[in-house]
Amino acid sequence: MLKIKNLHASVEGKQILKGIDLEVNAGEVHAIMGPNGSGKSTLASVLAGRDNYHVDEGEVTFLNKNLLDLSPEDRAREGLFLAFQYPVEIPGVSSTNFLKTAVNQIREYRGLEPLDAVSFLKIIKEKMKIFDIDQSLLSRSVNEGFSGGEKKRNEIFQMAVLDPKLSILDETDSGLDIDALKIVANGLNRLKNKDNAIIVVTHYQRLLNYIIPDYVHVLVNGKIVKSGGKQLALDLEEKGYDWVKEESDQMA
Amino acid sequence: MSKDTQILEELTSKEYEYGWSSDLEADEAPKGLNEDIIRIISSKKDEPQWLLDWRLKAFRHWQTLKEPRWPNVTYPEINYQDMIYYSAPVQKVAPESLDDVDPELKATFEKLGISLQEQKILTGVAVDVVLDSVSVATTFKDKLGELGIIFSSFSDAVKEHPELVKKYLGSVVPATDNYFAALNSAVFSDGSFCYIPKGVRCPMELSTYFRINAANTGQFERTLIIADEGSYVSYLEGCTAPMRDENQLHAAVVEIHAAKDAEVKYSTIQNWYPGDKNGKGGIYNFVTKRGICYGDNSKISWTQVETGAAITWKYPSCILKGDNSIGEFYSVAVTNNYQQADTGTKMIHIGKNTKSRIVSKGVSAGRGQNSYRGLVKVLKRATNARNFSQCDSLLMGSNCGAHTFPYIEINNSTAQVEHEATTSKIGEDQIFYCNQRGISTEDAVALIVNGYAKEVLKQLPMEFAVEAQKLLALTLEGSVG
Repeated sequence: MLKIKNLHASVEGKQILKGIDLEVNAGEVHAIMGPNGSGKSTLASVLAGRDNYHVDEGEVTFLNKNLLDLSPEDRAREGLFLAFQYPVEIPGVSSTNFLKTAVNQIREYRGLEPLDAVSFLKIIKEKMKIFDIDQSLLSRSVNEGFSGGEKKRNEIFQMAVLDPKLSILDETDSGLDIDALKIVANGLNRLKNKDNAIIVVTHYQRLLNYIIPDYVHVLVNGKIVKSGGKQLALDLEEKGYDWVKEESDQMA
Repeated sequence: MSKDTQILEELTSKEYEYGWSSDLEADEAPKGLNEDIIRIISSKKDEPQWLLDWRLKAFRHWQTLKEPRWPNVTYPEINYQDMIYYSAPVQKVAPESLDDVDPELKATFEKLGISLQEQKILTGVAVDVVLDSVSVATTFKDKLGELGIIFSSFSDAVKEHPELVKKYLGSVVPATDNYFAALNSAVFSDGSFCYIPKGVRCPMELSTYFRINAANTGQFERTLIIADEGSYVSYLEGCTAPMRDENQLHAAVVEIHAAKDAEVKYSTIQNWYPGDKNGKGGIYNFVTKRGICYGDNSKISWTQVETGAAITWKYPSCILKGDNSIGEFYSVAVTNNYQQADTGTKMIHIGKNTKSRIVSKGVSAGRGQNSYRGLVKVLKRATNARNFSQCDSLLMGSNCGAHTFPYIEINNSTAQVEHEATTSKIGEDQIFYCNQRGISTEDAVALIVNGYAKEVLKQLPMEFAVEAQKLLALTLEGSVG
């Protein structure tokens, strides 16, 4: 589904990603872990096509298309979803209106008829149940006045509504209390199927107690220095990141 | 180049949608302005002597005035002698029904999206269309007539209800009020007149569309709305004009009189031609709008969506004379490319327990300059007056400007006046967030701007709120690539 080859990227002239290789297939859950400043969020932003992130070298293909050629909105329409680390507030725009616009633009891109209000609301209500989201959210402005936890939950709710092929969760666990974390994780597990994939970008492994990753990658200083299974996350939790850093320094 | 800068740079590609002019034969007065021209206008319209005298008095006063230069706008000097002050589409015989209306004229209406026939049935809106200067057709007159509501062209009102016109004309905006009001009083060609009798709630939105059609014509329409005791009316005005290279002047006057317990809601969707992307052409919209809450417990509410015109100079105001009366002003003003707007309101508290509320939302894009100018004045006897003002500005790009000029004069210590102001920019973050959900940048901007203006848009009657939302999106369309 996603193939990243030798990806180098910089922000304001500063090189952050220094040759990432990663392959994600349908049905898989990948965790990308790493210390602060290692480039985890930069990777998420580059994949989503955020402005000011410059790709210096490398290739990314998504569903056999050159991802880097696509505009951010077309990446989304192709089925790439980013759950933001810091979800953005849009005052005066109701969540319903926002999501309906998004759903219908994605449908239009795929040559489908727009959903009418009734069928749209039906889908919304279904998904709200999965994430235990209060109906009042629909009439509230997007993320405005939401607590940190509410914002994160709202991201996952949007993901459920848009039904992406590949979801990148950027530090979704930060700001969630344990109950909210469980709700989010349970919801994610229900959304997960053999046709979609999830990349969990996180500093801690606690979310990974609930969403079991097939692969764990450790990102240090813009490079994946170690990959492994679920056990790697547990090792990191126990020993911290320093031993991986040391290992990679020795290799270099 | 950041996305915001791109938005700014590309703001230029949006074309004005109503930019055509129809080849109607026009009956025009010669260019220029003098007492003879005023006599021509008055006689063309078969006016009584008192009205001609009123016009001439206004004209003589106008000659003593100087054009106001205090607004925060710049434009070359206007040559008032180089304009045509009267232009009526020629109709051979007065039409008996819509079927007799000039087909070319009807086509014009259709381009405007006002098919009179359909509009009657579909929207339940009574429309009085003022094309150039003469009111061409008034629908629903009969149905409204059953309730005693008078809704007609100004000229017809002069003929049919001279006592009402004579009593109220100039009672809220005197002929001597200001430069453009005096000019309008001297040369106004037509407009709308509306009277709602005691205790009657007008069952439909009353609506007028103005359109400047002929070249070199200024449009000087005059609207007078009288809401008698305990009555209610919601009135909507829409405006468009063809694209022309030269600037055209529009100097209208609107007067509203609300008697005891009466309520008037006046909504405007102003979409005059704004000029091209280099600032050539466009309408100068110099308008005086004022209402008086004359009786106790009366209410006047202004809502305006201003997206057009090269220059907008207007301050729909409320004189809160009656005790417990309420004045409201809700405004969204968009300036794009080289548009300039200096707009706001005046709330004059005279009666006891009077309340006013001001919500102004400016949007500046391109090289647009947007100024809010508002006065809240509490007179000595206005015990317990309350005002709340909120003035927000939204900036797109870095070549535009937003300015706020609030004036507050308080002469009664029991008054409570609050003023809040914010300035924000459409963030790249917001646009990217929308993009990441599959929403195009253009639609993201429309969504964000409409969200920002929501508090004002929700004041509009439902069907017009939708129209206004589309218009906002359209005005900023092409602002992004």
